[in-house]
Amino acid sequence: MKDVTYYPGCSLHGTAREYDESFRGVSKLLDIGLHELEDWTCCGSTSAHCTDEALAVALPVRNLRLAEKHDREMVVPCVACYSRFKAAEAEAKEHPEYLPSPYEGKVSVRYALDFFCDAAMREELKARIVKPLTGLKVACYYGCLAVRPPTLTGVEHYENPEHMDRLMEMLGAEAVPWSYKTDCCGASLVMTRTDIVVKLSQRILSMAMEAGADCIVTGCTMCHANLDTRQAGLPAQEGRGEIPVFYFTELMGLAMGHKEVKKWLSRHLTDPIKLLSNKELM
Amino acid sequence: MSMNEPAMPLKNSFLEEVIKESKVDIRACYQCQKCSAGCPVVSAMDILPNQVIRQIQYGRREKVLTSGSIWICASCHTCSVRCPNDIDFAKVMDSLRHLALHSGMNAGEKEIPVFHKAFLDSIKSAGRIHELSLILRFKLKTRNFLKDAGLGWQMFRRGKIKVLPQSFTGGKEVKEIFNAYEKGATR
Repeated sequence: MKDVTYYPGCSLHGTAREYDESFRGVSKLLDIGLHELEDWTCCGSTSAHCTDEALAVALPVRNLRLAEKHDREMVVPCVACYSRFKAAEAEAKEHPEYLPSPYEGKVSVRYALDFFCDAAMREELKARIVKPLTGLKVACYYGCLAVRPPTLTGVEHYENPEHMDRLMEMLGAEAVPWSYKTDCCGASLVMTRTDIVVKLSQRILSMAMEAGADCIVTGCTMCHANLDTRQAGLPAQEGRGEIPVFYFTELMGLAMGHKEVKKWLSRHLTDPIKLLSNKELM
Repeated sequence: MSMNEPAMPLKNSFLEEVIKESKVDIRACYQCQKCSAGCPVVSAMDILPNQVIRQIQYGRREKVLTSGSIWICASCHTCSVRCPNDIDFAKVMDSLRHLALHSGMNAGEKEIPVFHKAFLDSIKSAGRIHELSLILRFKLKTRNFLKDAGLGWQMFRRGKIKVLPQSFTGGKEVKEIFNAYEKGATR
């Protein structure tokens, strides 16, 4: 068993509940011991870094200091939280004046997608696939913060990343090539300038359909919320007026035969179950 | 600007202010416009990213700090990774937002800074974001109660909306972080 600290973040306890459930589900099947960070608090997200540079460091560092107490890496499924942790790590070194006491940065913070893409983890996963996702064409949508800025994420091919594509292929799915993998969905502007988010999200959805994908896969709570819930009025293509959006952990769970996949998927607004039944995957 | 004035003032306090705040040397910009070409939200901006840099170089503080663009920027970092001169423009945008908030000028986008304030108030009061409380807090400020109400209901039916916030004990330390910020101890 491999033990890791788990930082869920606020969304995974709310609107991204199925990401939390599927992340916990696949971790259990892969024999990973998740230890939720005790007493964690919000990373500050977009609002903190838009408001004050010191606040944007202090809020994530409070959690990093808690995580440092354990000799474990910390896995973060929400890419917005992950990005704030990596930025705070770097800023705390450069600007110790932002904090009341120095933060040494001893804890290794991993984004859940990167964590599952490690060679050893892939081997574990490969051995546990019981239901390959044969015939499912997926468009892997990384969004912004899973890859940018590469100085923080360490992703080499940040304009055309392929690690999620490879992971999906290992599950038996077909990852379609397309050019909107890292285009922004508008993220938190959804609350204020919904018009911008609808426009950006629908362009991404349309491009995935045009690329021949049956569905989109993502590892970002905001991307998922925007793409899953903003499909009303999407121009139909070849009779299709919508396209399901999965968390990558949900498809991992499906391929590993997890018993609760249906419960996770029932939380989506754009129904993914019909597609999976048609493909005889559910 | 008269013909006798130099195109770039020799003493430009706004340019210095932005460089000092962001630690990014925007003087390296040669206006290739790659930032604006790749910006996903450029169509909603009143001043394009490359123009923001030029306006800072011109010293037009009010024009930049009251622009909608600085709030429309979604912090996607596309401009930063594509700049041939390594200008971290996403970071500059963050700094411009900070300066705008401190300037007391009216924001070029009304609701976005109001949302950020509601978000941070939520963290301050509870340590974590309870989404329903945040949305109510924001709606009380904007008085736009019906927007996305149907969507909220659909999400509620699917178990995505938690009615009550969780109880936990980390809130005290978060309040201390906010107290330091509000006192300006870290600036």
